[in-house]
Amino acid sequence: MIISEQWLRQDWVDPSIDTETLSHQLTMAGLEVDSVAPVAGSFSGVIVAEIVAAEQHPNADKLRLCEVDTGDGRVQIVCGAPNARVGLKAPLAQVGAVLPGDFKIKKAKLRGVESRGMLCAEAELELSEENAGLMELASDAPVGADLRDYLSLDDNAIEIGLTPNRADCLGLAGVAREVAVLNGLAVKNPLGGSIAATIDDDFPIRIEAPEQCPRYLGRVIRSIDLSRPSPRYMVERLRRCGLRSIDPVVDVTNYVMLELGQPLHAFDLQSLSGGIVVREARSEERITLLDGSDVALSPGTLLIADEERPLAMAGIMGGENSGVSESTTDLFLESAFFAPEPIAGRARSYGLHTDASHRYERGVDPELQRVAIERATELLLEIVGGEAGPVSEKTAAEYLPTATPVLLRPARIARVLGFEMDAAEVESILTGLGFSVTSDTEGWHCAAPSWRFDIEQEVDLIEELARVYGYNRLPVSRIHAALNFAPQPEARKPLTRLKHELAARGFTEAITYSFVPSDLQSAFDPEVTPVGLRNPISSEMTVMRTSLIPGLLKVLSHNRNRQASRQRFFEAGLRFLPGESLDQQPMVALAMTGLRDSESWTSTTEPVDFYDMKAAIEMLFGHREHSPLSFVQIERPGLHPGQTAEVHVDGQAAGVLGAVHPSIADLLDLPAATFVAELDQRLLMATSLPEAQEVSRYPSVRRDLALLMEHTVPASALMRVAAESAGAYLDDVVVFDVYSGAGVGEDQKSLAIGLTFRHPERTLSDSEISEAMTQVIDSLGEKLNVKLRS
Amino acid sequence: MESLETLNRAAVAAINEAENVATLEQLRVEYLGKKGALTALLKGLGKLSAEERPKAGAEINTVKQQLQSQIEERKQALAAGALKARLDAERIDVTLPGRRSETGGLHPISRTIERMEGFFGGIGFDVVEGPEIEDDYHNFEALNIPAHHPARAMHDTFYVDDTHVLRTHTSPVQVRVMEQREPPLRIICPGRVYRCDSDLTHSPMFHQVEGLLIDEESSFGDLKGLIEDFLHVFFERDDLEVRFRPSYFPFTEPSAEVDIQCVKCSGQGCRICSGTGWLEVMGCGMVNPKVFQFSGIDTERFTGFAFGMGVERLAMLRYGIGDLRLNFENDLRFLRQFA
Repeated sequence: MIISEQWLRQDWVDPSIDTETLSHQLTMAGLEVDSVAPVAGSFSGVIVAEIVAAEQHPNADKLRLCEVDTGDGRVQIVCGAPNARVGLKAPLAQVGAVLPGDFKIKKAKLRGVESRGMLCAEAELELSEENAGLMELASDAPVGADLRDYLSLDDNAIEIGLTPNRADCLGLAGVAREVAVLNGLAVKNPLGGSIAATIDDDFPIRIEAPEQCPRYLGRVIRSIDLSRPSPRYMVERLRRCGLRSIDPVVDVTNYVMLELGQPLHAFDLQSLSGGIVVREARSEERITLLDGSDVALSPGTLLIADEERPLAMAGIMGGENSGVSESTTDLFLESAFFAPEPIAGRARSYGLHTDASHRYERGVDPELQRVAIERATELLLEIVGGEAGPVSEKTAAEYLPTATPVLLRPARIARVLGFEMDAAEVESILTGLGFSVTSDTEGWHCAAPSWRFDIEQEVDLIEELARVYGYNRLPVSRIHAALNFAPQPEARKPLTRLKHELAARGFTEAITYSFVPSDLQSAFDPEVTPVGLRNPISSEMTVMRTSLIPGLLKVLSHNRNRQASRQRFFEAGLRFLPGESLDQQPMVALAMTGLRDSESWTSTTEPVDFYDMKAAIEMLFGHREHSPLSFVQIERPGLHPGQTAEVHVDGQAAGVLGAVHPSIADLLDLPAATFVAELDQRLLMATSLPEAQEVSRYPSVRRDLALLMEHTVPASALMRVAAESAGAYLDDVVVFDVYSGAGVGEDQKSLAIGLTFRHPERTLSDSEISEAMTQVIDSLGEKLNVKLRS
Repeated sequence: MESLETLNRAAVAAINEAENVATLEQLRVEYLGKKGALTALLKGLGKLSAEERPKAGAEINTVKQQLQSQIEERKQALAAGALKARLDAERIDVTLPGRRSETGGLHPISRTIERMEGFFGGIGFDVVEGPEIEDDYHNFEALNIPAHHPARAMHDTFYVDDTHVLRTHTSPVQVRVMEQREPPLRIICPGRVYRCDSDLTHSPMFHQVEGLLIDEESSFGDLKGLIEDFLHVFFERDDLEVRFRPSYFPFTEPSAEVDIQCVKCSGQGCRICSGTGWLEVMGCGMVNPKVFQFSGIDTERFTGFAFGMGVERLAMLRYGIGDLRLNFENDLRFLRQFA
């Protein structure tokens, strides 16, 4: 809502505070001032001038030589505006004038012809963006007058960002009410009161949907003269509040809407047949709206119709065929109250948002319709003449909102606001805001004024008190509460610790969008139909991710395009797995590419491989005495079929790791050695409590074996068989060498393992160790066909 | 005793010429060993008369001791020399860079959430999380935003189907907690939220931390105190001015927007604060009794307050991040600054 400060002060309320204080006051009362802008740029030396002669510039096609009356003689102006014509009154920046931007007007020669000043467009004076031609002033504008004085340009447009509950301030009168309360003033009344009918004509009104339209007022005005222009003050005030002048009838309805907050509509009486019917749309009805759009109406939509056809979408927009046009001589003026709830959301459902719907869905004062129709009549008769008929009113009182008194208890004020407010102050604030207040032993019974739709409960009244009293004057206190320990399960590793561990290991946290392009998504999850958005904001963000990996790959790609070659990223967040019940699963994903070590004089130049990623995962899961990790070779879409594994914890699948499939790496312009992993956050966080064991005081003995086996024997099987067969005193098994190539047969590989033995209570003998080693060698031979390498 | 003199001179010369510990050992054996030359001289004392014997014995012993200590000295000198040579050889260029092991870091948004959790956790707020695809009831209805309420227009909602949305705030988590737990309650709910809006100052996905306190004695005054204190610790500035402005949220009444004095210009007016000297940083208010009624909380017995802030906004102010989009581009050069 934009208001003209001058309009507010001249017609409604004029507190003796400056603009800045006024706007601060509004903001601190909950009517947030978004901006205060002068209604015109800063300029001087601009007057009203009239073009008395215009001819073609001898040396330029697009320029004209205008002889201009300044009220103090005539000057020659070279002008390029298409509308520079004889008889036009327009602003003239005379020699010596200063235009916005500190632009000084001097005598100049344009293509060899002298020009003593500049005729101005609105944009040049920062009155609007309009720059297509000269600003056209009214024909009765006094030639020679200073433009600032003539248009009263020393004014500010104050833009208020109103919250949806404050529909009462969608008119100057409402804002004035607030300003008056805040400054202890009374509101002025610029309205002319009721206008007596001079003709008997009326037009029948029938309300068929009274719950949607509890009140409808109409009035016939005949013999208007639409050739008369809207008065300058009205055009200016509309402009300053962000509305363009259209014709006197539309201007008046808009003016009254800005003034009072009541939307009005005027029909061309000649185009109506029979009478006004306020009814719900029938199936398959259509209407062509004022903006030219043809709309199929959904049943239930409230219409203003006549006996034959729909005329307007009630409270939203009028129809094209019944609107006022240049030839209109007789009007039917409408001023209605539509109930907010049925109308709310309807405009949006048609993709519409109008000044009227904005007000109706938030709530228009149901007592305002008569005031508004009288005001509009007053202004219309003043501007376009004509004869007004009587006001016809149809009201279904049972559907009008009623103000049920709300009880306000002093103790509750103290409880909510933290202090006891003085009773006189409570009453003065509430009565100032228009509440009718009675008091008894319980407290105050307060009935909201008809313009307030947001007062239903005691706290609504308390908010009014707090608002007018001033939030910043309210006391500040500190919470008092019992001190309780928060349980912190030690075996649950917090996510933030996982993040810090990853950071310490060189991984940088990324945050990517939860929605991804569907093609990249399906490269990794072709089987799954992801959760789609009905209204995605771009084609890059259409579906909810079923994996965090595509997002991280895009991060790698983004950074690689910016010369980052060595990258390690992680992200923690939800993935969305559709199904019977949608699973929103917290995951941690990792991605790495580039060199294993950062480049330095000590580093090798090897790229990362599978085992770098595996090491990161083993680190993240940490020490697990009772539930060791295992890795099972699998295949997954989007990943390299030979370098992908599923991670298992306690027999549960906990995630996946692998090399990105070369074709996808190519697609994203990433190196083949790009590795990703995605792990279940809940399993990562579930660790176990340490259970301390005694530490042996006796020395350990180590024996190494060089073994030869088929290529396909997994190291994990080898280690498992070794561990199972080595007896009770095996302490540790490590693989310390892997070899295939010369000296080892084709399809064969050699693994060297080291076994460490230790007894808790004594030193082990050589024979015990040898026995254990024999068993290991035998078992490996039997179960895996592993031989000693000679 | 001329031979003793000669022997001594030859031995000293040999010791001084010895270049290593092994040679010295040989010399020790040669002169002082069981079959050594000095030992032989001592054995020959028996041939002397009883008068001569003590004197000759004393002379031989003196030489023996001298040689012993000379051998020892020489050994030490050799060891010192060897150590010095080794140390010289082991000298390195300490100015070469250390072996590189780059560390990563947390995203500034996570870092900010972590700080917030620390502040609120420290005074007994639990951290609670919830689903990001929410049902209409928890995201809107139970927060007193019925269908077609004009406040829904403030939310620019992403729809998944007729009854599910991407949550537009983390308030639904509060509703879920109110359904499951009994007051008194103190919680904060950090997380991702979504609005169908994208431009210089809006991202379709961003983060919020919302808080809720319900107790038998909580007032707007407590809310003001808590928010002021939080902003002071967050920006580490006790003199930071904070103001409360009436506003409107369907789920709180009274509702307030919170402004802080611009951290960039200290309230003088600059580009960051659009010349106003103030920055809007969060919304808050006393929980609307209607919201309590949805969750079956006794509105006469309990009052409470809720607050919500945009994490990006606070992180950007805290760290001087000039462009919202940087938060989601994941450019390493940007993220490394928070490592």
